[in-house]
Amino acid sequence: MSKEPVAVVGIGQTKHVAARRDVSIAGLVREAAQRALMDAELTWADIDAVVIGKAPDFFEGVMMPELYLADALGAVGKPMLRVHTAGSVGGSTALVAANLVAARVHGTVLTLAFEKQSESNAMWGLSLPIPFQQPLLAGAGGFFAPHVRAYMRRSGAPDTVGSLVAYKDRRNALKNPYAHLHEHDITLDKVQASPMLWDPIRYSETCPSSDGACAMVLTDRAGAARAPRPPAWMLGGAMRSEPTLFAGKDFVSPQAGKDCAADVYRQAGIADPRRDIDAVEMYVPFSWYEPMWLENLGFAEEGGGWKLTESGVTELDGDLPVNMSGGVLSTNPIGASGMIRFAEAALQVRGRAGEHQVDGARKVLGHAYGGGSQFFSMWLVGSEPPDS
Amino acid sequence: MPEVLKAPLVVEFPFTRSLGPVQSAFLTGLREGVVLGVKTADGRTLVPPVEYDPVTAEEIRDLVEVAPTGTVTTWAWNHEPRRGQPLATPFAWALVRLDGADTALLHALDAPGPDAVHTGMRVRIRWAGERTGAITDIACFEPYDGAPDRAGGHTGEFEDPITGIVAHARLDYTYSPGRAQTAYIHALSGQRTVGERCPSCRKVYIPPRGACPTCGVATLEQVEVGPRGTVTTFCIVNIKAKNLDIEVPYVYAHIALDGADLALHARIGGIPYDEVRMGLRVEPVWTPGARYPDHYRPTGEPDADYDAYKELL
Repeated sequence: MSKEPVAVVGIGQTKHVAARRDVSIAGLVREAAQRALMDAELTWADIDAVVIGKAPDFFEGVMMPELYLADALGAVGKPMLRVHTAGSVGGSTALVAANLVAARVHGTVLTLAFEKQSESNAMWGLSLPIPFQQPLLAGAGGFFAPHVRAYMRRSGAPDTVGSLVAYKDRRNALKNPYAHLHEHDITLDKVQASPMLWDPIRYSETCPSSDGACAMVLTDRAGAARAPRPPAWMLGGAMRSEPTLFAGKDFVSPQAGKDCAADVYRQAGIADPRRDIDAVEMYVPFSWYEPMWLENLGFAEEGGGWKLTESGVTELDGDLPVNMSGGVLSTNPIGASGMIRFAEAALQVRGRAGEHQVDGARKVLGHAYGGGSQFFSMWLVGSEPPDS
Repeated sequence: MPEVLKAPLVVEFPFTRSLGPVQSAFLTGLREGVVLGVKTADGRTLVPPVEYDPVTAEEIRDLVEVAPTGTVTTWAWNHEPRRGQPLATPFAWALVRLDGADTALLHALDAPGPDAVHTGMRVRIRWAGERTGAITDIACFEPYDGAPDRAGGHTGEFEDPITGIVAHARLDYTYSPGRAQTAYIHALSGQRTVGERCPSCRKVYIPPRGACPTCGVATLEQVEVGPRGTVTTFCIVNIKAKNLDIEVPYVYAHIALDGADLALHARIGGIPYDEVRMGLRVEPVWTPGARYPDHYRPTGEPDADYDAYKELL
């Protein structure tokens, strides 16, 4: 028996900001969930199960969100699951929810991911003082910056490419009312003049810390038929992981990322992603990851990702728009960031992305990664249902 | 084989929490000596209050005051109170349904012994001397045989409400790095870097973890590597990290020690930061008593060819 087609019929986000001191964590997730229900014109009673994801426990100290947030998410008396894959968690949470529908375990599932970075401390969570071990010398940016340098050496990319990505994403964010950073006076000069934090990564090429939540309502074919607005259809979805460190690990283009993308393309019948996919919303916490992921995901040959960025292909009006929402560079509630990518892909194919809508977007890839470039989750969504 | 190392590891964070409207009223009420519950659509009063109805999932905001007296619905005796618990002497953990409430609140009950506690017994709140807007404003419950106190008519509006709290979390572990890393650390004390080779893929792991993460087999063969190595890639750190006494800018590098199949991470010194480059040949600089090299410095050898280390990037 073939899988049940999965449709996204509701999407909700909070306005992402540096600190939401007016709401509890329960109040924050509630806001996103209610907006998703409103979009789908459904009530709590229509939801069969809830799948929630969040950042690693130490980040904001909530160890059992599936317990603590059940009331707020209308999950009492229903199955509620929690997913945990570091920064990619928003993506894998959506895929676990989608798989419950695809397997016909549940008809309609609410999936949600959140983070209140203002009430957590990602730096602490990432650098516990483990006895006998050498302390981490550089923080999160310092972990990724050497890999960016390796990419520049390998690809021969000019050192301006990172600033082009940041300038583009911050301008895209101006068109997205939910984005955290709205830098109305952004210029390329300002990006390039911002301080070098972890050379080669500049301040303006890094992501902010945000409070926010994102929710989606996923449903089966019958649910999609009842939906008041056009659904997004999942055409392929996959997750892959690999160890943080191993001999032969390619941090610039991890094998798990390539394998994950290949699996999604196989499911969706994508022969040439550059030709067959209209736009990409990918997880870019440091601007240089745009050209790196363009290669890892097969949109450019090895060493060629930066050329797409430099020539304007990834601009909002380019041939392959990337991070239409403004991306992680403009909004980063870590636990939710992966789901925001997935949700943006779905918004685009539903034609509901507002000012940052890509005309004629029919197939869009949502991508998330996490840990030390070790967890990957992706989905391809389309405006038409998969061939049955 | 030397004894495997062990050490205490305490993880302790002061998490901040925004309370939202309902918890804000509840904790501010405790500060003022008022216990608030919340009314559901079907007329029940939940204490402690919640923001969303557990049955209907609807938002609930109708705050009502309940009495500081109540009835024990069940309990368990705590023979040995631990750090951070409400009382230092043995006490009962009790669920108490306050007069006017439909649900029970968990707290400590001060009683001389388990024989003095029973389900159905009447108790009242003993307020803390100094109250700050926290659940500990209720010092504990105590036995009470008077008439039920009447609840006031407070509706949860307060001057100067508490909007956030700090929730301390602490985890106590005993950490052991295991057999392989213990051997690695012992070798470092003799200024030698000893990794382990995978019997299957033949890769040499630094630091060793006792198993090959790709082949999934135990690694036992000890292999000394270095002391010299090659900078495979690096970044220049320009922001001062908390708890690190290193002047910025400094270079944080990945170094492939000669004979190792995985780069380790270390600081580069003995050369201006802006002259560090990929391929630079380096050696460790030790300071007396330190477990790890303080930093690595140039050896003066010609730079390594890119092809010689590109697989280690």
